[in-house]
Amino acid sequence: MSGALLVRALRDPTTTRELDAAGWTGLIAAARAEQILGTLAHRLHGLPMPATVERILADARATAEQGRTLALWEAEMAAQALLPLGIPVVLLKGTAYVAAGLSAGQGRSIGDLDILVPRDRLDAVEAALLAAGWEWVKPDAYDDAYYRRWMHELPPLIHRERDRMIDVHHTILPLTARPSPNADALLADSVPLANGLCVLSAEDMVCHAVAHLFADGDLAGGLRNLWDIHCLLDAFEAPEALARLRARASLHQIATHLERALRLGQALYGEGARLSATDRLYVRRLLARDGWGRPTARATRTAFYLRSHLLRMPPGMLARHLWTKWRKGHRVTP
Amino acid sequence: MRHVFQLRIGPVGFRVGADWREPIETLAALYDDYPKPHDGIPDFSVRLFAARRWRRWVRPSITIGGDYVLPDAAPLPLPLGLLAAEMGMNLQMALGQRRYLLLHAATVARDGRALLMTGVSGAGKSTLAALLMARGWRLMGDEFALLDPATGLVHGFPRLVSLKNQAIGVVEQALPAGRFGPLQPDTPKGDIRHLKPDAASVAAMDVPAQPAAILFPSFGHAPDVRPVPPAETFVRLTQASTNYVGLGERGFDALTHLVATVPAQAIDYPDTQTAVEMVERLWEQAA
Repeated sequence: MSGALLVRALRDPTTTRELDAAGWTGLIAAARAEQILGTLAHRLHGLPMPATVERILADARATAEQGRTLALWEAEMAAQALLPLGIPVVLLKGTAYVAAGLSAGQGRSIGDLDILVPRDRLDAVEAALLAAGWEWVKPDAYDDAYYRRWMHELPPLIHRERDRMIDVHHTILPLTARPSPNADALLADSVPLANGLCVLSAEDMVCHAVAHLFADGDLAGGLRNLWDIHCLLDAFEAPEALARLRARASLHQIATHLERALRLGQALYGEGARLSATDRLYVRRLLARDGWGRPTARATRTAFYLRSHLLRMPPGMLARHLWTKWRKGHRVTP
Repeated sequence: MRHVFQLRIGPVGFRVGADWREPIETLAALYDDYPKPHDGIPDFSVRLFAARRWRRWVRPSITIGGDYVLPDAAPLPLPLGLLAAEMGMNLQMALGQRRYLLLHAATVARDGRALLMTGVSGAGKSTLAALLMARGWRLMGDEFALLDPATGLVHGFPRLVSLKNQAIGVVEQALPAGRFGPLQPDTPKGDIRHLKPDAASVAAMDVPAQPAAILFPSFGHAPDVRPVPPAETFVRLTQASTNYVGLGERGFDALTHLVATVPAQAIDYPDTQTAVEMVERLWEQAA
């Protein structure tokens, strides 16, 4: 199983000494499929390895570096569009990690730009972005209305010249999800950067990553998201720091998710942890990749896919939503 | 994957896996004397698979996957397996290659110096490259030129030459002893037949060449030759590159160096025979 191989190489890079050509091939394929090759390349840098692997990983580091430049540039463009509004604009996820120079940002692939703004200023933010060259992606009226009523973000916008997507969040979980994180506290305790943009406080960064991975979605990209959490947790080694983090997770109503993240992070990337039977299902889902980068464990994946929908909305609402999507001919199976 | 073939084309190693035997057998037969990937570790994997299990047998349909994929790419019927494998390898290069600046160009070489021919699809790049190979040029590739930002040299990528429609008959006549793949009719791009590069071109695949001339051929006009200034060449080549943006500053530096040191010309031609003669005449004038 190449998922396990990937996790082992990230946890202890020296174990890659034992790999033969097939092992390296599987490791690289799995890392590409999980979009974590850049991170792996940083972890393995300087260790002995075949020349071909060295070349592939050097390319991955260069790609991540270029991605970092582009992500920071995109953040700068958003700052220019939004700073006149005089509201806090908080960078989230990958862009925040590289903007704040955190180890979680090393080699990380970054897709869209994610920002958090006060909910009562969404209209002004949207107008400013539209004026600065961003456009709506979703032309479908149902999707658009659904986003605006129930989601934690505006319908995605894409910049017409730079072709980059921006997700404008007003909180970190859909409004239909059971936990409701405290968005005011997220904004109030955010930390300003030199360019006028902000990032979440260290505690809230972990809370967001945890909420994103365990309370929203089917764990796709989970190995990378769990790696993010594992790196961010470096700042919480002291017991009092960890206590602060736990209190903050309670405030955001994701305390049990945080505990699971701590256990799974330790189990996969740390010193190991005692896992419950449910935890083992999560591990099974996270590691489900073969030597070609293909998803395996179909039943487990389907179960987590269904779980993701039940997490996001109450069953009655889910049924109505799926019915509408199905009638419109949208794809509703994984 | 059930059936697997590994090969190296120029500096790039591939692993191609398929749910079916046929595409892999065709691929292995045509690439029989190509080397294996360095260290046995491919740069890219390509997967040819049935999106639904039963589509392996009933109206078999090949979905193209791999390390890098385009969402919503249309599947191909099984008889187009070789085309699917070639498209899969192209896709990995277009989306995943970060070592070399990729120029959508056919490249031939003589005496260690390379001639890059680039233009829109249908400009006749592949046909010209195949005909020049028939006249003793070394074929470096009909689809991608690999420009190394570190050295300014072009690396060969001599995959099978993809000939379309009328070009098939023209090249079959010019190369009666050439090794051709199966005729693949009714593809999304019409009829396609692959031609294997000659033994000398395959044997020289690891030798890079100094770029010496850039041509922008254009089919269907009275013969004409015009110089193309460096600034225009630069813009045209950024549009002919799939990874110019992805390479960032390295790509910019490589391309500015190329257009500043290598002359470029646009040539119009009414038929391929005229084009071949024009190219060889221009090459002799430049030498």
